[in-house]
Amino acid sequence: MRLEPKPSPSIVHTLLYPAGAIVATLLVASLLVMAAGASPFNVFWLVLKGAAGSQFALVETLTRATPLIFTGLAVAVAFRAKLWNIGAEAQLYIGAVMTVVLGTGAVTLPSLALIPLIMISAMFAGALLLLGPALLKTRFGVDEVVTTLLLNFIILLFVSMLLEGVLKDPMGLGWPQSKRIIAEAQLPRLIQGKRLHFGFVIAIASALVTWVIMKKTVLGYEMRAVGHNGEAARFAGIPVNRVLMKTALLSGGLAALAGFSEVAGLKGNLTLDLSPGYGYTGIVVAMLAMLNPLGVIAAAIFVAGIFVGADAMSRSAGVPSYIAQVMVATALLTMVTAIMLTRFRIRWR
Amino acid sequence: MDASQGGGAETVLRLAGITKRFGPLVANDAVSFELRRGEVIALLGENGAGKTTLMNILFGHYVADEGEVEAFGEKLPPGDPAAALAAGIGMVHQHFTLADQMSVLENIALGTQRMFAPRFDRTSARARIAKLSQDFGLHVKAEALVADLTVGERQRVEILKALYRDARILILDEPTAVLTPLETDALFATLEMLVARGLSIIFISHKLNEVMAVSDRVLVLRAGRLAGERATAETDRGELAALMVGEEIRTPQVVAHRAGEPVLEIEGVSAAGQGTGAALDRVSLTLSAGEITGLAGVSGNGQAALAALIAGTLVPASGQMRIRRETVSGWSPRAALAHRIGRIPEDRHAIGMIGDMNVTENVISESYRSPRFSRAGFLDWKAAREFAMSIIAAYDVKCPSPEARVRLLSGGNMQKLILGRALDGDPAVILANQPTRGLDVGAVAYVHSQLLAARERGAAILLISEDLDEVLALSDRIVVMSKGRLSPPSRRGELTVREIGELMAGHGVFDTGESHAA
Repeated sequence: MRLEPKPSPSIVHTLLYPAGAIVATLLVASLLVMAAGASPFNVFWLVLKGAAGSQFALVETLTRATPLIFTGLAVAVAFRAKLWNIGAEAQLYIGAVMTVVLGTGAVTLPSLALIPLIMISAMFAGALLLLGPALLKTRFGVDEVVTTLLLNFIILLFVSMLLEGVLKDPMGLGWPQSKRIIAEAQLPRLIQGKRLHFGFVIAIASALVTWVIMKKTVLGYEMRAVGHNGEAARFAGIPVNRVLMKTALLSGGLAALAGFSEVAGLKGNLTLDLSPGYGYTGIVVAMLAMLNPLGVIAAAIFVAGIFVGADAMSRSAGVPSYIAQVMVATALLTMVTAIMLTRFRIRWR
Repeated sequence: MDASQGGGAETVLRLAGITKRFGPLVANDAVSFELRRGEVIALLGENGAGKTTLMNILFGHYVADEGEVEAFGEKLPPGDPAAALAAGIGMVHQHFTLADQMSVLENIALGTQRMFAPRFDRTSARARIAKLSQDFGLHVKAEALVADLTVGERQRVEILKALYRDARILILDEPTAVLTPLETDALFATLEMLVARGLSIIFISHKLNEVMAVSDRVLVLRAGRLAGERATAETDRGELAALMVGEEIRTPQVVAHRAGEPVLEIEGVSAAGQGTGAALDRVSLTLSAGEITGLAGVSGNGQAALAALIAGTLVPASGQMRIRRETVSGWSPRAALAHRIGRIPEDRHAIGMIGDMNVTENVISESYRSPRFSRAGFLDWKAAREFAMSIIAAYDVKCPSPEARVRLLSGGNMQKLILGRALDGDPAVILANQPTRGLDVGAVAYVHSQLLAARERGAAILLISEDLDEVLALSDRIVVMSKGRLSPPSRRGELTVREIGELMAGHGVFDTGESHAA
């Protein structure tokens, strides 16, 4: 078996193969559902209903998609320049820390001033956090996969230390959690009484801005050139190291927005379980989106839908919601295969 | 007809009506030929004429849309390299397929062992390799690490690899592109021994003199079709060249003229070597307007470092560089571009172009920051596309559109894009490093004419080439590089080929003094 590149991928295949990937994912999940003693059709129907079957479900899916859009974008821009940022989780938490540091009363300003201030500070903190690994990479050739990955654990412990110490809420009955942010720092809800908040709008706007950066600007061009062939980029006079620095700042900033939006829009305070791995899931989202910033929106909603739907299904059908993890993982594998198949054809013998 | 020598010998390989399309492009169009026992066929053609595609079909890397391949009377299943190997077809690729960190022995035996064999019988493998290298003059140390071998030695390993698998038909894709003249002669001697033992050889090349020297029959491919078939003894270079490009080729005429002002002056520069090449050792060189300086030398003697120095990717460790009498500082690729140095790099694929980006994105890669293509951090894609269109038109680049990915273009078309990019804005200095390596006759003539035109416009040109004929044909002055040192320049015609050869071998003026008197 061999792969032969196709000169130009056909549109039919570009639509057909990803559809096939979803079918394959459902088939794999069916086996597990049957093993759990439930009917696959019923379970998938419940997942679909739980993800998009009602206004409540839809709102919940979009709420869950919000942080994934940010981390997905962070990963997409970094990977595009071949800067392997596995540390979106850490950058997310640093963004959240910045939000509670400034948003719990230390600064009092009207919302219109306070929220942008917090947002920018959070981005700044996330950007600086990724700048370290990027500098180590460009100066000393240290592998950023290792440094960014390990930083995740360091930052999580650091947050834990803060929550047991200076940031600990004195009224928190001893729980490791921060004080709640003040009303002026809160992002408004999009629908009265629902959890969907203004962070979703910021996420969509971020995706659009990122898309414009990648497609239309000098920086986006430089990032793509560096990612595709760093040697050739250097020869052509593109300042490779500086481009990697800028990529790191952009990527870290975007990931930090996820933490900001979760605290300021949804949770109101910082706890150690703020992110159930949004930083890592962002990698899945970015890969599913083929690193396209607009694709990240769709991929994030898709992944969020599976998680939200599986939660709802699990409550009514009694199948563990771990099925969601399996589905997302299988979807990633089949989708990557599908994407490859649209670009290459397989020759058997 | 094909009444060459050995007319009665059996047919070992038959290709019948091979057609291969890549989308709208027809890479091979109903190509048929036969190869007989003990015969050397040369497959001649421009870049993109379909030579490599044809061989990839033969070897099972591609599946033909139509037609079939027959080896020793039996039809080969399409798309199965293992079957091709089993049928006794061996291929030596242009880009070697060796594992650097393994020994010669391991590389040769790789893939011939069963996966779960209890142990690897090194002794018999070594004996077999020793016999093969003895028989065919392919001398190479079995225990040496491939990473430590020269290019010529690696090629011998590739040939041994094929012979080790009992190849009866050997395909050599541009085998001499990477060899020194001496190594080329040794290769030809080996080929003769192979043929004497009854092997058949397909020799892919676009160097006419080699084709004339080595083959019994010549097949000329043009635009995917078989344009002609000649017995080598009954044809000449002119006819073959005309068949290849479909028209007569003019050799470049260099009209002597006076050089202008010095533009780029390199004075006593020492700098690190590039890769495995020699470091620069107190090199001095002056490039003057309207003059082509040819740099001859055996590969790895510091040419790469000198090229990198001029291109801006290498910073001098000592010594200085002046451009128009002004000492340069803060040397970088961008500084070189700002000083209007046009650069044609040695390796089109690795550093000349970004294969996964499109034509437009590639042609602006040196100038995207100029107000012509960007405003306030935003790129003007419309202007960029127009620029790409103008290069495509002016340099006759064959590509579907400016949006085509560069990876899909042939080497010659890539080189034209690089030329267009480098010559845009009338550079004061042109660095042409191996500008015609791997190109066909037509493209070579084109590159040469462009360089000569730039010379007429007053550019100071450094032509680095391992092809001595090229250096001699184009240069006003010649310098020779050996072990990182540069000989003093001599005017064209002052040195005989023999004298240049001695300089290349490192005899003579290098070890005499500090600076080279003018």
